[in-house]
Amino acid sequence: MFHSYLVNSLKFHKDRCINCKRCIEVCPHGVFSAGESHVELVHQARCMECGACALNCPVQAIEVESGVGCAWAMIRAALRGRDMDSGECSCGGDAGSCCGIE
Amino acid sequence: METSCCCSCSEQKISCSCSIFQTDSHITTANRIDHLLARWGYKRSGHTVRPGLYRLGNPDADSPVFASANYTISFDILRSNLKGFDAYILVLDTKGINVWCAAGKGTFGTDELVKKIESTGLSHIVSHRKIIVPQLGAPGISAHEVKRRSGFTVEYGPVRAADIPEYMKTGKATSEMRQVFFPIQDRLVLIPIELVHVAIPTIIISIILWFLAGPLAAFAAITAVITGTVLFPIFLPYLPTHDFSMKGFILGGLSAVPFSAMYAQSSDLPEWALAAGAIVPLLIIPAVVAYLGLNFTGSTPYTSRTGVKKEIFKYVPIMAAMTGIGTIIGISLCIFRLAGVI
Repeated sequence: MFHSYLVNSLKFHKDRCINCKRCIEVCPHGVFSAGESHVELVHQARCMECGACALNCPVQAIEVESGVGCAWAMIRAALRGRDMDSGECSCGGDAGSCCGIE
Repeated sequence: METSCCCSCSEQKISCSCSIFQTDSHITTANRIDHLLARWGYKRSGHTVRPGLYRLGNPDADSPVFASANYTISFDILRSNLKGFDAYILVLDTKGINVWCAAGKGTFGTDELVKKIESTGLSHIVSHRKIIVPQLGAPGISAHEVKRRSGFTVEYGPVRAADIPEYMKTGKATSEMRQVFFPIQDRLVLIPIELVHVAIPTIIISIILWFLAGPLAAFAAITAVITGTVLFPIFLPYLPTHDFSMKGFILGGLSAVPFSAMYAQSSDLPEWALAAGAIVPLLIIPAVVAYLGLNFTGSTPYTSRTGVKKEIFKYVPIMAAMTGIGTIIGISLCIFRLAGVI
């Protein structure tokens, strides 16, 4: 209860994995870990859907609907009658919200 | 910092701007003032570095190349951590936005990286074909695409620039260096911008409340906003539950109790009016703090879009209902008092 982050859009097709371990390298939350013939998806719930693993997977073994988990951007898009997923993160803009990392 | 010099690009097939800028690892007072202004949201998109290739120290054809964003804080953190190194820094045009956010938008991306490698004539300046990209740039960069299109191998460096010296020594980023954390100092630097965002509406609402319902109500409004923008980021990891909205309801509930108690013991109003009035802060303050807390998701490095969307559908209707009911009770009490009923 009160945990909305257990499920996300990350999908891993281990049959396609060539064990290059790029995903382990780029993931900032240790979602993947090394395995014998392919990597293992070990911490699905930690995924923040940044999309780095999918974009850097040379064999499309990873799928994720990447996007910025920013309520401010999504609420603003919804208020303007647009699709919430179209809500662009506006970090850096003068009126925008702000992400934490440099 | 930006003294331009001319490179030898005579042998190049593609056109290049023929200028390499010089930089160093020294952070000046002017740099620090610029960082402070950026943190306070002054001219949000004005904290830029000129995109292009920079020489740090005295690099040669074998020196490493680091990619960065053209946001002053990103660039300055990188160069200050490269003290003692001779290296090149390839600054991408991210429109003055930090690496991770720009990677999320795609401006720190494969296209821009390939474009900058070509336009600076990098392949004629260094003899190797390796570029070190910050790991948090990976959401925008496809390493194999960059390799295919430019011939350069992307090597992902550690998340934090402070780990670069160690990384350069061992040639490897440990799993610790690859993880993102959100420690107190990272949360504290975000507070100014959170405050700036809500300052004007808060001042207006407080003034209105002062005249309609008195100084206690105005003070309650300011408290709600400070709780949501200052205390919330500070106490984030210690607040119970995972959902930001729920954390906000809890923190807001705590900060509402004194106002509720003060109102209940205040004037010589009839008991039912005191009880009704005491409920108002318990409804509105938690809703406001929960909303501000929910909005902090975009500033953290770990909330997924799927989860945030779920939170919005789950909690925003509750916040709206609490605020609506609280406001109706509050206005009714005001009207009763003005009409002389109580």
